[in-house]
Amino acid sequence: MILSDSQVLIRVLIMAGITFLLRILPFLLFPAGKPTPNYVLYLGKVLPFAIIGMLVIYCLKEVILSAALPPYCLPELIAIAVTVLLHIWKRNSLLSIGGGTILYMVLVQTIFA
Amino acid sequence: MKKKALKAAFPHTIPIMAGYIVLGIGFGILLKTNGYSFLWAFAMSVFIYAGSMQYVAVTILTQGVSLINTAIISLMLQARHLFYGLSMIEKYNRAGKKKFLIIHELTDETFSLTSSLKAPNDVDESWFFFFISILNHLYWIIGCCAGAILGSFIPFSTKGIDFAMTALFVVIFTEQWMDSQNHIPALIGLLGSLACLLIFGADRFIIPSMIVILALLTVSRKKLEKEADSHDTL
Repeated sequence: MILSDSQVLIRVLIMAGITFLLRILPFLLFPAGKPTPNYVLYLGKVLPFAIIGMLVIYCLKEVILSAALPPYCLPELIAIAVTVLLHIWKRNSLLSIGGGTILYMVLVQTIFA
Repeated sequence: MKKKALKAAFPHTIPIMAGYIVLGIGFGILLKTNGYSFLWAFAMSVFIYAGSMQYVAVTILTQGVSLINTAIISLMLQARHLFYGLSMIEKYNRAGKKKFLIIHELTDETFSLTSSLKAPNDVDESWFFFFISILNHLYWIIGCCAGAILGSFIPFSTKGIDFAMTALFVVIFTEQWMDSQNHIPALIGLLGSLACLLIFGADRFIIPSMIVILALLTVSRKKLEKEADSHDTL
C-alpha cells in the first residue's frame, strides 16, 4: 500500500462524489416543481431503449474486440442466442437469465476452458 | 402498502442478486489481496456503489493515481449515469423524500429494472422503485464485504457467472424489442455504441457512444414522435 488512510479516503470521496453528482445532475437541472422541456421528456421516452443496447455492448466490449481470435466469441454468441430464444419462448426473465448464465458457465469451464 | 411493494419488487431483483453478490465478492477479494481491510470494501460499496468504478478504484489506490486523474477517470467512466437520471426524471420526481436515496442507488442494473418495469396496479410506484433499489444495494454491500472477509474461499468454480449481468441486459433488450412497434431507438443504442467501440476501443468508447446516441435520437425526433403518436407506444 503506497497511500496512507487519509489519501485513500480522499480518493474514495472523489469517486463517490463524482458518481453521485452525475446521478443527480439531471434532477438538479430539471427540478420537480417546474415543467420539464418537451425535448427532455422525449429523451426520457426513447433513451432507455438506446441505453440498454449500449449496456449490452458495454458488457461485451472485451469479447467483441477479440472476436478475431479463438474462441471467436462463440461462448457468448451461443449463450446469448439461447437466452433470447428462451425469452421469446417462455417470456420468463428468471428462466432466460438463469438458463443463459448456467449454459455460459458450463461452456467456459468445459468446452472452451 | 410497503409490504406489498416489497413483495412485488423482490422477484425482479433475483437475477441481480446473483450477479451483484458474485461481482461484489470478486471486488472484495481483489481489494483484500491488495492489503485493504473489509471496512474499505464496506465504505466503497455503500458510498460509491458502482461496479466498474470500484474495480477501477483498486487500480487507482494501488498505483496511487493523483487526485486530478482520479476525478477525470471517474467522470469518464461514470458519465453514462447522466442518461439514467435524464430518463427517470418524471418517475423519480414523484418519489418524495425517497428520491435522493434512489438516485444514489441508480446503477446500470437498477436503471435497467426501474426504467422498464411498471409497478402492479395495486402497488405504490415509488415504494416499488425504493425496494428494487435498496435490495440491489444490499446485495452489492453483502457481496463486497463477504469477498473482503472470506477471501478466496469459494467451494466451486464461479467462472463465467458474471455473464448474469450480460444476460440481464440481453433479456431486457429482447423484452423491449417485443414490446415496441419502433425499433429505431434500440438499434441506435446497439449499433451506435458498437461502432464507437470499434473506433475508440474498450476504454474510451462510452462518451462518444453517448454523443452519437444523443445526436441520432435528436435528429430522428420528429419521425419517432410522429410514429409514437400513431401507435401510442414506442
